[in-house]
Amino acid sequence: MGEYIGDNSRSRSSDESGTYDEWIPSFCARFGHEYFCQVPTDFIEDDFNMTGLAQEVAHYRKALDLVLDLEAMSEEEEAEKEQPVSRSIVEHAAEQLYGLVHARFILTKPGLQAMAEKFDHKEFGTCPRYYCGGMQMLPCGVSDSVGKNSVRLYCPSCHDLYLPQSSRHLSLEGAYWGTSFPGVFLKHFKELEEYVDRKAKDTYQLRVFGFRVNDEAASGARMRWLRQYPISEEDQREWQQCEFHIPPLQRGA
Amino acid sequence: MGDINMTESHDGALEGSGSSEYVEFWIDLFLGRKGHEYFCDIDMDYITDRFNLINLQKSVNKFTQVIQYIVDELDDSVLEQMPTSRLEQLESDARKLYGLIHARFIITVKGLQKMLQKYRNADFGRCPRVYCKFQPLLPVGLHDSPGIDCVKLYCPCCEDLYIPKSSRHNSIDGAFFGTSFPGMFLQAFPEMVPTHPVKRYVPKIFGFELHKQAQLARWQELQRLKLENKLTTKGVDLAGNGGYTRGSSREDSLDGEMSR
Repeated sequence: MGEYIGDNSRSRSSDESGTYDEWIPSFCARFGHEYFCQVPTDFIEDDFNMTGLAQEVAHYRKALDLVLDLEAMSEEEEAEKEQPVSRSIVEHAAEQLYGLVHARFILTKPGLQAMAEKFDHKEFGTCPRYYCGGMQMLPCGVSDSVGKNSVRLYCPSCHDLYLPQSSRHLSLEGAYWGTSFPGVFLKHFKELEEYVDRKAKDTYQLRVFGFRVNDEAASGARMRWLRQYPISEEDQREWQQCEFHIPPLQRGA
Repeated sequence: MGDINMTESHDGALEGSGSSEYVEFWIDLFLGRKGHEYFCDIDMDYITDRFNLINLQKSVNKFTQVIQYIVDELDDSVLEQMPTSRLEQLESDARKLYGLIHARFIITVKGLQKMLQKYRNADFGRCPRVYCKFQPLLPVGLHDSPGIDCVKLYCPCCEDLYIPKSSRHNSIDGAFFGTSFPGMFLQAFPEMVPTHPVKRYVPKIFGFELHKQAQLARWQELQRLKLENKLTTKGVDLAGNGGYTRGSSREDSLDGEMSR
């Protein structure tokens, strides 16, 4: 992987020397971009898939050319006509464009397949929660528009959101994975949900010298519900009542 | 990894005792080592008080010598005569014994105070769970006997256990902190118990919640409401420490904190 980074920076500084790197693979190979998968160029070339992105990304045309490695021709034309846009601005726009296309691509069948491969290789990291037993996590955005939130990781086992462990992933834009990705992933790969259902549901209880801390103490268990699952028949009945809304509490319940 | 550390420490210890200008204490060397950030320093008086060491005698060979080594009262001449293998054994025994005494020390009044300082500095790391908003963690073991499992981190906010982020903390024995530490700590400093966030995540597709997960979340929320109901009828104040946090704009404030 280190080699890729080296290659990447070299091609950047010496563009004209003839060494030619494709933009998408080099973007995905960059340090900290391990969560991205490669979007095939024909997906990007299809205008239907790009609907609405022209309004969201500045310098859309130039950014698109850069992503698709069409820059060489257009750059010459552009130099003659308008005043050139700074390269770093176009580069930034290209990253944004790629990120937003990426969020759309990973909801398609080939995209889900590509992400599943990364998921299997634990490339998004594993759940830091001890009782999840190293469950792989899925990247997830909290908002679908750029600039709101960084990426979060969803654990299918404890249904919770975590921050990436490594600081290099903390600054990744959440919208590049989108809010729907974990949901679509779970629905597409049913066996994952089945696997999670079969898993042991251990929880932790605070103890002092083997004795449980009383519920009424300030440090008593107040978050047990978060990891609780309906087990007894009574629970199951209650759970069925929760199908569309939370039933009102009975007095003294 | 353990071996490399060990030889390193030897060099350090020998240098320390060899140079006449200043002598570094074994405990300071131990605490300064990478990965030992979770440990606090134990008072000399505590280590040398035999009462505190009851039942630890059998945990290592040549117990008295190891104690002397920890508190730097072992004669240099004795150390110099020791073969390297014995010296290595002594070093690893000292680490183990220090850890076991540490587990006892941190649940005393003085030890709790020292750990409070470390907790305030977030020396044990922060909770990776998004809704816990960087809550500092507390170390805990799952067993009180050494050699079974490594240290875990307890989050007082979501009341769950986490694996240390860095692998160098993953090799620390959980028994060096003990099973009772977070419980004792929060009993001793109830004002350190944070409020618990109610907000949680349900996966959505284009804004619509997944039914199965949403149903479970609703049922879990019902369990919470029942608990809240029970506690309020018993007269427990849920507005202060150990209560529940309300408000829905947590995500925004979280990112504000991150960019700072």
